[in-house]
Amino acid sequence: MIPAAFEYARAGSIDEAIELLGREDAKLLAGGHSLIPLLRLRFARPSLLVDIGRLDDLRYVREDGDRIAIGALSRHCDLAGDPVLTKSAPLIAHVAGEVGDPQVRHRGTIGGSVSHGDPASDLGTILLTLDADFVAHGPDGERTIAGTEFFTGPFETALGQQELLTEMRVPRVDGGIYLKHVRRAQDWATVGVAAARVNGGVNVGLAGMGGTPLRARAVEEALADGASPADAAARAAEGAEPPTDVSGSAEYRAHLAQVLTRQALEQL
Amino acid sequence: MKIAITVNGERHEADVEPRLLLAYFLRDNLGLKGTNVGCDTSSCGSCTVLIDGESVKSCTVLTVQADGSDVTTIEGLAGDGALHPVQQAFHENHALQCGFCTPGFVMATVSLLQESPNPSEEEIRLGLEGNLCRCTGYHNIVNAVQSAAKAAK
Repeated sequence: MIPAAFEYARAGSIDEAIELLGREDAKLLAGGHSLIPLLRLRFARPSLLVDIGRLDDLRYVREDGDRIAIGALSRHCDLAGDPVLTKSAPLIAHVAGEVGDPQVRHRGTIGGSVSHGDPASDLGTILLTLDADFVAHGPDGERTIAGTEFFTGPFETALGQQELLTEMRVPRVDGGIYLKHVRRAQDWATVGVAAARVNGGVNVGLAGMGGTPLRARAVEEALADGASPADAAARAAEGAEPPTDVSGSAEYRAHLAQVLTRQALEQL
Repeated sequence: MKIAITVNGERHEADVEPRLLLAYFLRDNLGLKGTNVGCDTSSCGSCTVLIDGESVKSCTVLTVQADGSDVTTIEGLAGDGALHPVQQAFHENHALQCGFCTPGFVMATVSLLQESPNPSEEEIRLGLEGNLCRCTGYHNIVNAVQSAAKAAK
């Protein structure tokens, strides 16, 4: 399948990318592993692709005070073996190493993946669970978007048309777990559950349970009130509106969320 | 857009449409038909080539993204009449049936063994999870990768 025609511009800097995004229907291209499949299906038909894939300054992981800063253009394969992440936020390294397959991980970037806004995104769910902040650059400069504000709908984020995600910041978190159920190897998660101890509490995130990655607030509150993992997990689908599609019905997803949450909490 | 790509050691300059996928540039513009396009949805891995030494699915890379890069296809592996050690191992282990997926598997294996020279069976199976064999001939492929890894020692 051949994408519809588009123009192509390679941005040499963040500022140049922002300027190029001023054009109507312009779209950012990083590794292309979310966007190019959509272009081929012609689900996306931008007039201009702004390639930021060579902004190597956005490819890093570093300690920044009490947080870990991850450059948006870090590829999944970079993150999977990154020594800082492995020590200070191993859940991200682990999940990045399970995205797609080796070929996908050689090209796909964490910033591209989360900016795509897939509700079943593993990495989006992990970042939301870890209380990540998202740093964006736009015509008005830099701003920080709280993780809970970043995902706004299916394939939609808080990023404006002329903004690009440049960095994600997460606290240092030991351990953490992500369990997902897939129908076939490499499928998107029918449901995924992340759990991690963050700032003295237990955070729980859900993939595939609604229009965006979600936090399982009822579970978190139950745990804070001293509930057992099994009792807390029973509340995993509370407030969620899971979809019904080829991967499973809403009821099935709600059931999976409870089962996976219990398993995750018991293993945490 | 004008680009310059080195493919199998040979520099090529071309003027391509931005929407031209690398797999089709290799096949149609350069005539390198060893890179097969199977699923065209980033799933099957038949179109795997190396960009700067790393495996990628060339149906999911725009040619313009590879501008300035060093691309290796299946045609670039054998040298001086001798098969590449991974090709030789596939040959000796009968690691193919219809052969359609084979170029992709070989390229993915070359990349895998560069990153992990002594993979366990599990690491081989996970390392090749981006490649599908519709003949389901995985067993001999795993044997071939093990044999190529041993031969490289």
